Amino acid sequence: MKEQNKNSTAVNELNVVPFKTRMRPYLIVAPALLITIGIMIPFIMSIYYSLTSYSFRLPNYSFVGLKNWIAILSSGAFWKAVWVTLRYAFFSTAFEMLLGMGVAMLLNNLNNRFSKILRVALIFPLMVAPITATIIWQLMLNNSVGIVEKFLNIFGVYNFPWAAGASTAMMTVVMIDVWVNTSFCMLLVLAGLQSLPKSPFESAKIDGGSPWFNFRNLTLPMLKPSLYIALLFRLMAALQEYAIIFGLTKGGPGDTLMNLSLTSYQTGFQFQKFGFALPYILVLWVFINMVAKQIVKRQRAAQKQAAGLEE
Amino acid sequence: MNSNKKLLGAVVQNLLLVIYAIFALFPLIWMVILTFKPDTQMYTTTFVFDPTLDNYKEVLFNSDYISYMIDSLIVSGGAVIVSVVAGVPAAYALARYNFPKKEDIAFQILSFKFAPEILVVLPLFMIFQKLRIYDTHFGLIWVYQLISMPLLIWVVRGYFEDISVEIEHAAQVDGYTWYQIFFKMLIPLIKPGLVSSALLAFIFAWNSFTFPLILAGTNVQPITVAITKFLGTDSAHYGQLAVAATVSALPAIIFALCIQKHLVRGLSFGAVKG
Repeated sequence: MKEQNKNSTAVNELNVVPFKTRMRPYLIVAPALLITIGIMIPFIMSIYYSLTSYSFRLPNYSFVGLKNWIAILSSGAFWKAVWVTLRYAFFSTAFEMLLGMGVAMLLNNLNNRFSKILRVALIFPLMVAPITATIIWQLMLNNSVGIVEKFLNIFGVYNFPWAAGASTAMMTVVMIDVWVNTSFCMLLVLAGLQSLPKSPFESAKIDGGSPWFNFRNLTLPMLKPSLYIALLFRLMAALQEYAIIFGLTKGGPGDTLMNLSLTSYQTGFQFQKFGFALPYILVLWVFINMVAKQIVKRQRAAQKQAAGLEE
Repeated sequence: MNSNKKLLGAVVQNLLLVIYAIFALFPLIWMVILTFKPDTQMYTTTFVFDPTLDNYKEVLFNSDYISYMIDSLIVSGGAVIVSVVAGVPAAYALARYNFPKKEDIAFQILSFKFAPEILVVLPLFMIFQKLRIYDTHFGLIWVYQLISMPLLIWVVRGYFEDISVEIEHAAQVDGYTWYQIFFKMLIPLIKPGLVSSALLAFIFAWNSFTFPLILAGTNVQPITVAITKFLGTDSAHYGQLAVAATVSALPAIIFALCIQKHLVRGLSFGAVKG
């Protein structure tokens, strides 16, 4: 699909033939691409190594074909890790998007001093590293001395297990992820809301549309590009979350929270079976790439549609 | 009746905002409170305790904290600078020119941000050791490009797409060179997007844990990796950890306050700019 710029005739003039001019865009993009492509070499290497018995422990390694892959794909641990990865990504992204959108709308609606202060203050959670945030939460949730425990005691809840319980561990990590990353969604949605054009809303007011009608037919479509970007960045990060789970429980209790990233890390570094660690994460990479491509496509489409609504 | 309804609506909205603000800000306030709490009273007290500055003294003067901060600053700052220098021209090209494979290249750059960190890190661990850039500032700045560059390129590209190419032509007709147009006209126009995406890139680089955990060791220790040391092996020094965490959030907060004017507006990713 060719991208049609709104200045397309003028842009085409820039493209008039001489070879030097034609090569210019590639030359300008080259540094950025080279820097990042250097990092791509590992991807290709990792496909090769996933077919070997490479380990840090052994001096030699041999080519083992699809042995690692078959062993992993037929193991229960792999499918369990896939399930954990998907659940974690779904819940944390869903909560972050809904909460981020809700808060951004409140901040946008209420134009008082309180909301103006919060616009800046609510970004602060983003500035605490997820690993640090996890440690702070761990301390707050400690079920003998944590502040949250003391608060819950008021309501007669004692020794809530949080990360230690098999059934509450997922909820706990998702909560911490939501705490850290809702700000990001909020920021993007708020940015989208504040750049909405005024005129369609004014004419809707004259036509007497209900707030719900305005939201569905004006705000939402014009906000979609921002929503897709927030979804893209959050979903892709949540699918490969490592720091928060590692910081809180190292994948435990048992293997409740072993997602693909953690399983791969553990196999590669703790058990030192490098070739065996890679298939987990390669599967994840392929999946992430497919999903990302779909979201980007939709985002570009939504952007065009939103630009059409402006008139 | 109608105005009553409106008032009720406003009250409810404010209330919801307060509830969320407590959820979002209490942990931070709690973290700051902990910084003043002596280790001996960590578990026995909640809000009432004998405040002390010992944790600050211990972290800032009796540990290598300052050197961790400097490492973090070099690595994250360096990463953002490299991203801006290489990324802004790339964003310009991706916005202005139509060339074969343009969308593919743009997506490829973006997809680096989504590459599972563990996947990058496992082979890079070996490569970095072979190239002797394991545990160096250079190595981390390089790998941090995966975090900072894609974001920056995508935000800035949206800005370039919104600038009409005619004003560039007009400036050309007036006899300005390409460089003058770029630096004197285009850069000021994209400034909101540039500074706010640079801030986000800086925050993400600063907060990165997986990359430095595996690709750096003893020479270069960004704060995210070093901070776990305050948990100690014998006893956890939560007060000191809280100081470390609080101080480490400061650069990003100061940065954010400086660009406050552009911050929100700058991130309107290609949403309609009215």
